[in-house]
Amino acid sequence: MKLLLTLASAITALLSSKSVLAEYGLNMTQGITDISKDIYDLHMMVFWVCVAIGVVVFGAMFYSIIAHRKSKGAKAAHFHESTTVEFLWTGIPIIILIAMAIPASKTLIDIEVLDKADMTVKVTGIQWKWQYDYPEEGISFVSNLAQSSRDVVNGTPEEREAVNNDDTYLLSVDKHLVLPVDTTIRFLITSSDVIHSWWVPEFAVKQDANPGFINDAWAKPTEIGTYRGQCAELCGKDHGFMPIVVDVVSQADYAVWVETMQAEKVAELASATQVWTEADLVAKGETVYNANCSGCHQKDGSGIPGVFPAMIGSEVANGPAAYQLNLVINGMGGMPAFKMLSDSDIAAVITYERRSFGNNGSVVQPSDVTSAR
Amino acid sequence: MSSTTTAAAHDHHHHGPEKGLLRWVKTTNHKDIGTLYLWFSFVMFLIGGAFAMGIRSELLQPGLQLFEPQMFNQLTTMHGLIMVFGAIMPAFVGLANWLIPMMVGAPDMALPRMNNWSFWILPFAGTILLSTFFMEGGAPAFGWTFYAPLSTAFAPDSTDFFIFAIHLLGFSSIMGAINIIATVLNMKAPEMRLMDMPLFVWTWLITSFLLIGAMPVLAGAVTMMLTDRNFGTAFFDATGGGDPVMFQHIFWFFGHPEVYIMILPAFGIVSHIIPTFARKPLFGYSSMVYATASIAFLSYIVWAHHMFLTGMPVAGELYFMYATMLIAVPTGVKVFNWVATMWRGSMTFETPMLWALSFVILFTIGGFSGLMLGIVPADIQYHDTYFVVAHFHYVLVTGALWGIIAAVFYWLPKWTGKMYNETLGKVHFWWALVSVNVTFFPQHFLGLAGMPRRIPDYALQFADFNYISSIGSFSFALSFLLFTYIVVDCIRNGKPADARPWESAKGLEWTLPVPVAYHSFEEPPTRAEILAESQHS
Repeated sequence: MKLLLTLASAITALLSSKSVLAEYGLNMTQGITDISKDIYDLHMMVFWVCVAIGVVVFGAMFYSIIAHRKSKGAKAAHFHESTTVEFLWTGIPIIILIAMAIPASKTLIDIEVLDKADMTVKVTGIQWKWQYDYPEEGISFVSNLAQSSRDVVNGTPEEREAVNNDDTYLLSVDKHLVLPVDTTIRFLITSSDVIHSWWVPEFAVKQDANPGFINDAWAKPTEIGTYRGQCAELCGKDHGFMPIVVDVVSQADYAVWVETMQAEKVAELASATQVWTEADLVAKGETVYNANCSGCHQKDGSGIPGVFPAMIGSEVANGPAAYQLNLVINGMGGMPAFKMLSDSDIAAVITYERRSFGNNGSVVQPSDVTSAR
Repeated sequence: MSSTTTAAAHDHHHHGPEKGLLRWVKTTNHKDIGTLYLWFSFVMFLIGGAFAMGIRSELLQPGLQLFEPQMFNQLTTMHGLIMVFGAIMPAFVGLANWLIPMMVGAPDMALPRMNNWSFWILPFAGTILLSTFFMEGGAPAFGWTFYAPLSTAFAPDSTDFFIFAIHLLGFSSIMGAINIIATVLNMKAPEMRLMDMPLFVWTWLITSFLLIGAMPVLAGAVTMMLTDRNFGTAFFDATGGGDPVMFQHIFWFFGHPEVYIMILPAFGIVSHIIPTFARKPLFGYSSMVYATASIAFLSYIVWAHHMFLTGMPVAGELYFMYATMLIAVPTGVKVFNWVATMWRGSMTFETPMLWALSFVILFTIGGFSGLMLGIVPADIQYHDTYFVVAHFHYVLVTGALWGIIAAVFYWLPKWTGKMYNETLGKVHFWWALVSVNVTFFPQHFLGLAGMPRRIPDYALQFADFNYISSIGSFSFALSFLLFTYIVVDCIRNGKPADARPWESAKGLEWTLPVPVAYHSFEEPPTRAEILAESQHS
C-alpha cells in the first residue's frame, strides 16, 4: 500500500510538473476558456476514478496471484457463486457511474447551450486548408500550411529543426485567424468537399465540418496568445497538413486588424480592374499555385496518375480559357471550387498554369475572372 | 491429383481425410476448416502487421521518409481492414469451428458444406482487397471506417473492388454465424441444457446473433456507396438531398456490435483458462452468461458515441453518453468474476494463463479509456486523436488478439496431440507483453498532447513518444517470428500430449483421446459426463 501511495504521488508530480509537460506533453491541455478548464477537470476526475478502481481490482488480482499460488502450497477453495456479491458489484459501479454522469451532463449542457454570441466566424474546411469568413466585418481569407513547413517535409531533420525554431513545424500557417480576447465567438463550421474537423485544443472546440450542413460551436478565450490546432478528421491525402493557428489579441489590436484587412480588400478589388503584365501574373500565380494547387497537381505539375491530373501537357491548360475559368471557379467532381480566391489570384494562377509546365495557353486577366463569375 | 479424387469418390464410407491439396479444397470437416481459418487469419495478421510496420516506420521520425501521404493513408486503411476482417474475425471463426462441436458433444458442424463455402470465400475476398494496391489510383485511402463522401465522390476507382470484397466478407461471416447457431442449438448433446454450455459456446452463440444483425447493415452501407458512386443516387451527398452523417449512423450501427463481435469470444476463452489454472470453478457462471447477453444488447444502442462531434443534438449526446457508460456495468461484472475465480485458488502460470491474466489487466485498461471516451465533454478533446488509437489497440490487440493467442496455447495440445515448448512460450509472452505496452501506452500521451490520428507526419513535440512507440512496435512484430517457430515446432517435433494436458481443465473436448479423431463425438456424451465436465460444478 505504501508503495502504491509513493507511485501515485510520483505520477501526480509527473503530471503537474510544468517542465515535464512542456518537454513531453503528457496530459491534456487546460486551455484558455472556462469550458476547456471544466473539461480538463472532468478528464482528471474520471482518470482518478479509473485509477482507484484499477488499484482495487488489480490489487485484489495481484494479491491472489502472489498469495494463492500452487507453488506456495495454496489449496483451492471451491466456492463459485454468490448472488450477494454479484448484486454488490453490479450496484456499486452504477452508483460510481451516476456520480460521474452528473458533472459530465452539466458541462455538456454548458457547452451546447449558448444564448448570445458577440461575433461570428464562419469556418469552411477545404481539401486541405481552412477558409475564414467574418460576415459582419466583410473579411474573408484562406489559411494554408506555411510554405516554410511544406518545403522541409522531405528535408533533413536539421532543416525541420530550423523551421521549428522560427515558426512551429507543421503547426504554422500563412494567414492566422485573429480573434479578440474576452469575447464570445460563435463558429459556424462547414465544408466544401469532404468531412473535416476544426480543432483548437486550447478552446476545447472540436467540431466536424460536414459538406452541405453547418455545425456550430463557441468559445470565449480569456488569454492573449497564439494557439495551434489541426484538422482532426481524415480528409484525404494532406489531412496531416492543414493546421489551424489562432491569434487571440486585445480588443484594440483586433479593431486595428479588422481595419487593415478591410483596406487590403479595397486595394485588391481595385487591382482586379487593371490589366496585368504576363510576368506579374505568372509570378503571383506561382505563389497561389504552390499554396492551393500543388497538394494535388504537385509542385512540378506532374499530378498523381489516376487521381489528380497533370498540368504538364494538360488539355485544359492548353485549351480554351473559358473552360478552365469555369473549372477553377466552380469545381467539378474531385476538383474543389476556388471561388473564394480573389479575381487577381484566380487570373494569376490560371495564367501560371497556362504559361508554365511547357504549356502554351492564353493569358487570363482579372477582368476575365470578374465576367466569368 | 485426379487419381485421389476418383479414389475418394468411390469410398463413400471413409472417415479419414483425403490426401493432398484437394483435402483442403473439398473438406467439410470442422477441424480441417478450423485449421484453414486459423492459418488464413495468421497470414492476414502478418500482412496487416507488415502494413503496421510501414506506418510505424514512417512515424519513427518527423518528416516524410518512406511513403507519400496518399500511400500512408492506403496503409492505415488496409491495416485496419485486414486486421478486422482478415485476421481477428476469421481467427475466432476458426476457433469456433475447432472447438464448438467438441464442446457440445457433436460429431461436426451442422452445415458442413456451407462451412466449406464460408471459408473459401475469404481468400478470394482478401485477394480482391489486397489487389487494389496495384490498381491505378491506389488502394482505398479513406480509413477502415470509410466515411462518405471521402469514400464516394472523392475515392479512387479501386473503391468498387473494396465494396465487392466487403460484400464477400459479409457473406462469409453471416454463413459462419448461421452455422454456429445451427450447431449449438441443434447439434449439442441431447442431454446438454443451455445453462450447461461452456462459456466459449455461449459467447459465440451470442456473437453469432450480433453478426447476423450487424453484417447486413454493413452490406447496406457499401451498397449505398456503390450506387452513389456509379448509379447517380445521393444517399450521402447533400447537394442531392442526402446526408454524409447518415453514412456514419449506418456504419456505426454495424461498427459498434462489430467491436463486441471481436471481443465476446475472447471473454469466453479467458473464462475457460482462468478456472483451469486457478484450479477452481468459474465464479458466477450464470452471471457471466447474463453479462454477455447484456453487453450484446447494449452494443446495439450505443453506436453514436463514435459520432459525438458530428453535430448531434444535446439530447442525443446525453442519451448515448448514459447508454455507453452503462456498458461498464456488465463488463465490470465479468472482470470481477474472473478475479473472484482466482481468489483463494491454487494458481500456476503456464503460458495460456499468462496470456489470460494479462488480458484481464490490459483489456480493463482499454475499458477505462473507453469509459473516458464515453464522457462527451472530454471526448471533444480525445476524439480522433492518438488517445483513441491507444484505446482501441488496448481492447483489440491486448484484448481480442490476446484471447486468440491464449486459446492457441491452451488448445494446441488438443488439436495437435503434441505439447509446445513451455519455456519458449513464456519467453514469447514476456517479449510480446513488454513490447506491446511500449508500443501503445505512449500513444495515450500523444493523443492527450494533441496529436490527431491518421497523419503521416507530425509536429516536433510529438517526436519522442512516436519514436518509443515505433521501436516497441518493431519488437512486437519480431516476437511473432518466435510465435511462428513455437507453433510449427509443436506441430512437427512436439512431445506427445495427454488427452487432458492441464490437470484441472474441464470441458467435453478434453474427454476425447489425442490425436483427436476426424469426427468428434460419434456417440453423444451422457448427462453424467456433461455434468462432470461443466463449468459450474
